[in-house]
Amino acid sequence: MSLDTERPARPTHRRDSLGTGLPYRAGREPPGRGREFWWWVFMRVSGILLLVLAVGHVLIMHVIGGGVDRVNFAFVALRWQSPFWRTWDWLMLSLALVHGVNGLRVITQDYVRRPGVRGVINGMWLVIGTSLFALGSIVVFSFDPSRWPGVVK
Amino acid sequence: MAERRIDRRSSEFGSIYRGREGQWSWIAHRITGVAIILFLFAHVVDTALVGWGPNAYNKVVAVYRNPLIRLLELGLVAAVIYHALNGVRIMVMDFWPKAADLNRQLIYGTVGLYVASMIPITYIIVKPIVTKYIL
Repeated sequence: MSLDTERPARPTHRRDSLGTGLPYRAGREPPGRGREFWWWVFMRVSGILLLVLAVGHVLIMHVIGGGVDRVNFAFVALRWQSPFWRTWDWLMLSLALVHGVNGLRVITQDYVRRPGVRGVINGMWLVIGTSLFALGSIVVFSFDPSRWPGVVK
Repeated sequence: MAERRIDRRSSEFGSIYRGREGQWSWIAHRITGVAIILFLFAHVVDTALVGWGPNAYNKVVAVYRNPLIRLLELGLVAAVIYHALNGVRIMVMDFWPKAADLNRQLIYGTVGLYVASMIPITYIIVKPIVTKYIL
C-alpha cells in the first residue's frame, strides 16, 4: 500500500464498473512523452486506417464474391492493373507490418526481461519486418503481367 | 505475500485491464494480434510470388483451397474482426474517459457485435467446404 502514497493522487471518485473494488484511473492514459507516446499515437492512427484497409481486404478476398476460390495469377494481374488497388495493398502492407511488428515489440518487452535476449528478439522482428516490407514493396510496384503474355486478356 | 499482491494490483493500470472482462478482452487482443502478424509474415511471401509468374503463384494459392486451410482461414478472419472491433473499443476508452464507467457494457457490446458479424461470415466460408467435401 505504500506505493499509493508515493504516487500523485489519481481520481478515484468514479463508479467501479468492473466491481473489483479497486481505485482506477478513467481510461488508460497515453504513455508520458517521447518515443513511446508517438508509438501510442501511431498504433491508433494505423488502427483506424487498417480498420478500412485490412477488414476491407479480408471481406473482399475471403468472404464475399467467391472468396479465395477465384484468386489466382490472372485475378491479381487484373486487380493490379488499377493503381487504386496497388496503392491500397501497399499502404495496407506497410501499416500492417509496422503496427504488427510494434505490437510484437511491446509484447516482447512484457515477457522477455533479460536486456540481451530482448534486444536479440526485437532485432529479429525488425529484420523480418524490414525484409518483408522491401519484398512486398518491390513486388507491388514492379509487377508487370505482360512478362507472361496471354494470362490477362 | 498478501501485502505484495495488493501492492501489485493497486498499482499501474488500475482495474480496467486487471481481472474479469477487461483482462479477457486484453488477452484476446494480444493472441489475435500475434496470430495475425505471424500469418502476415507468411502471407507477404506467398503473395510476393506473383512476381515470379503464374506457375509459382497458382501453385501456392492452391494451398488456400485445402479444406483444413479453409478452417484456418475462418480463424484468421475471426481474429481480424475481433482485433478490429476490440481496437475500436480501446480507442473509445482512450479518447472518451467517461467510457471507463461503461467498460464492461462496452466489452459485452463488442462481443455481441462480434458474434453477430461472425455468424454470416462463418456461414459463407464453411458452406462451400461442406457442400464440396462432406455432402
